[in-house]
Amino acid sequence: MKDTKVIELEEVTIRFSGDSGDGMQLTGTLFSDATALFGNDISTFPDYPSEIRAPQGTVGGVSGFQVQFGHKEINTPGDDAHVLIAMNPAAVKANARFIRPGGTIIYDVDSFNQKNLDKAKFTTNDPFGELKLEDFTKIPVPITSLTRECLKDFGMDNKSVLRSKNMFALGLICWMFDRPMDYIENFITTKFAKKPVVVESNLKVLHSGYNYGMNMQHMTPRYLVDAAAIEKGTYRNINGNQATAWGFLAAAEKAGLNLFLGSYPITPATDVLTTLAARRDLGVKTFQAEDEIAGICTALGAAFAGDLAVTSTSGPGLALKSEAIGLAVMAELPLVVVNVQRGGPSTGLPTKTEQSDLLQALYGRNGESPVVVLAASTPSDCFYYAYLSCKIALERMVPVILLTDGFLGNGSEPWRIPSMAELPAITPRIAKDSSKFKAYKRDEDILARDWAFPGMDGFQHRIGGLEKNEEGTVNHDPENHQRNCEIREAKVQKVVDMLPELEVFGDEDGGDVLVVSWGGTYGHTVSAVREMRKDGKNVSLAHFNFIKPLPANTREVFSKFKTIVVCELNLGQFAAYLRDQVPGFEYRQVNKLKGLPFTVTELKENVEKLLEE
Amino acid sequence: MMTDLAYTIKDFKSENEVRWCPGCGDYAIMNAVQKTMADMNVPHEKFAVISGIGCSSRFPYYMSTFGFHSIHGRATAIASGVKSANPDLNVWVITGDGDSMAIGGNHFIHLVRRNIDLNVILFNNKIYGLTKGQYSPTTDRGFVTKTSPFGTIEDSFIPGQLVLGSGGTFFARAVDSNVKHNQQVFAEAARHKGTSMVEVLQNCVIFNDGIHEQIADPKHRAERQLFLEHGQPMIFGQENEKGLVLENGRLKVVTIGENGVTEADILVHDATETDLSIHMQLIRMTLPDFPIAMGVIRSVEAPVYDQELKKQIETVSANRKVNNMDELLRSGNTWEVNEPNSSEPVPFFQKKCPIVKV
Repeated sequence: MKDTKVIELEEVTIRFSGDSGDGMQLTGTLFSDATALFGNDISTFPDYPSEIRAPQGTVGGVSGFQVQFGHKEINTPGDDAHVLIAMNPAAVKANARFIRPGGTIIYDVDSFNQKNLDKAKFTTNDPFGELKLEDFTKIPVPITSLTRECLKDFGMDNKSVLRSKNMFALGLICWMFDRPMDYIENFITTKFAKKPVVVESNLKVLHSGYNYGMNMQHMTPRYLVDAAAIEKGTYRNINGNQATAWGFLAAAEKAGLNLFLGSYPITPATDVLTTLAARRDLGVKTFQAEDEIAGICTALGAAFAGDLAVTSTSGPGLALKSEAIGLAVMAELPLVVVNVQRGGPSTGLPTKTEQSDLLQALYGRNGESPVVVLAASTPSDCFYYAYLSCKIALERMVPVILLTDGFLGNGSEPWRIPSMAELPAITPRIAKDSSKFKAYKRDEDILARDWAFPGMDGFQHRIGGLEKNEEGTVNHDPENHQRNCEIREAKVQKVVDMLPELEVFGDEDGGDVLVVSWGGTYGHTVSAVREMRKDGKNVSLAHFNFIKPLPANTREVFSKFKTIVVCELNLGQFAAYLRDQVPGFEYRQVNKLKGLPFTVTELKENVEKLLEE
Repeated sequence: MMTDLAYTIKDFKSENEVRWCPGCGDYAIMNAVQKTMADMNVPHEKFAVISGIGCSSRFPYYMSTFGFHSIHGRATAIASGVKSANPDLNVWVITGDGDSMAIGGNHFIHLVRRNIDLNVILFNNKIYGLTKGQYSPTTDRGFVTKTSPFGTIEDSFIPGQLVLGSGGTFFARAVDSNVKHNQQVFAEAARHKGTSMVEVLQNCVIFNDGIHEQIADPKHRAERQLFLEHGQPMIFGQENEKGLVLENGRLKVVTIGENGVTEADILVHDATETDLSIHMQLIRMTLPDFPIAMGVIRSVEAPVYDQELKKQIETVSANRKVNNMDELLRSGNTWEVNEPNSSEPVPFFQKKCPIVKV
């Protein structure tokens, strides 16, 4: 199994940076103090300009403050920053080399004007390109204008207004990293007790920054980083949503088909849509639909017309797509649905991660409506599971649901870039002989029908949501319906022959405890199991990427262990599924529903508690 | 066209038994569609007929073309995907008043707004037939049905008004039994670039028999229907003696020869007028003060979504910096790893899916 180390949220390095007059030291200090009071260990590093009065807007005049914080013991302020807050172009320039590859840059877009670009000695209008920061996540925020708007009724002079900008940035960061603001509020209230206007204006800007983050649903960047050494090759940073989008693109190229994405914006899946919308150059057709239903229906139409068809969504959107997924099951068209899971039910926690759509993906439709269900386990392997989803859909004429989640979608990690030649061939089941073609004539072995689409002379046929016979004629015969229901289920189960067996990380021949996990928790469960094994505990891991069908050797693996613990970010959905599909074992559970990933520590504590019983 | 494909109506009929109720208006509409397709000189395999749910939506099964009988209200969305994926196809949507005005209302207005080149035939019988007689969004206020035993307390949609309100570029109206006129209208709908919306006043013999009778009755056709033709004066009546004029911005019925009105005073129909006001008034005309406007009421040019999409892809790809996936994967910030202790790369699918052959 891949050796991944999780750098959890609690070890995040943030660098505040701006002009020496922008109040970055105060901002950084307040954030650090609030963080320390929150119970995190922190380490900070103020980075003043040597010339306190260096000209405004120049690189020499940039002042920075770096803070690293985490639950664990933190000994350094962090090498490179995960997040840079830059109040002007000079701050970006001064700090470019301190940002971790693939990091996030939050910047005051209002200050990126010609004057400031000139002062910072940029030669083009593309400062990020000039500094080779293309692949960093950039969040432009109109900090100056929003601060000004926020204070328009305070009758303050321009200088005082601009001095409050740092509070906006601070509020925004407090939202992103879930910091309570009461400490900061107290500080402001006490420090400026004699100047009520200053207190009021600063608090207003602080809250506006916080609310802006909430309204924009800016998400906490999370990181997964490979442990040292690694395979030779060319690397890049990639996040899960981008990897998913590129996996679809790669599959389309390999299959020789056009890629069509029907989608509706929804947090945290929107970036799959935006990433593909940017790829008109490679012929991608993205269709931003009027709703989730039209998102999948346009995709299904494109599948009927012969494209590689995909739709992207998150939990509530998957609910809306249910009926159309059922149509894809009945029409037996190739379709991939990616669900970037978030906290539910209902609107739930849109910006937080969870694994609670598993049963929805498996069963959330009317009728017997089997689909293939896959789950990716790290940001970068979203690429491969997206690719494989397309391969399965196209070669088996079946809808596939790919489950990722907010943690994977927004998390990034270094990734060895594969060459297209490394990827397996994809052979869509395009019908060849019109004289033998029947809409639902199947391959005897894999039970898949052939794919013929409008424009192919001699293959004219009708499909639809009503039950059909082999010719594609509507058929209400009881025997025919039972047979077809069984065939559609069997067709999904036959996909198992395309899938690898379940691997065991640890003791392949069996042992005391088998930790079972699936999807996006992999980085945490493998880290926890690794640490426990280092401590001499007899613990192994079986991590699932294939939910339906389950790997062929699942029962065999389970039978080698005394205790099985299913760890997942829901109330026990995979455990329930395993009880049904692989009965005869006692499945213990570790569950978490806080909108957050597991931590390695809590996983260890929970599993060790079971060991002690 | 280079060659004449010489299809006949038979080339578009499937072997399936048509199962609409005897006397259903759908038969006539289907004949008109099949005749229209046969005359279009478009290769048979390029036709696709997409429907939703309802009596009329069984339509694709009776056609010999490619067909997709989908789910309730979604035909417009599915057809949008079909046409966007392959703009070379000739795509027809069959829908009803419940399918497109109620459950599919959202897709309907957005299809019209995008102006995707689809030909939509809206079978309007002002009732839910397949579920046996409940009122629909086009049922008139006060009408008694199984779910409105005391009369509905809702106003109805006027489909044409919804089309124009959504920025529609083509709207026409016809009566199911008038096959010749249907064919003319369908042919014009097929020629129009963009979303062509044809409302056919269709009679449900079982659950709403005679709902359009006042309009459709051939005995009164001349008096009660105004057949619009682009560039022709809006004249109707047994002796072609009546017409429409514009008075203070409003349409008014006049009699030629009375009060000094001559044929020259009659308003000439301009289907290509972008201003909505006259088209909207034509759509809203009701008996007994006015005849019902039939034929192509509006046909204006506007950018067509599927063509724009195709064009955008051509334009953007012409100046592209990455030509394929290998180049895309290696674009942007990358770095090399080649340490003494780093290992030879193993492709993911050999590690994770060894059964999948590379």
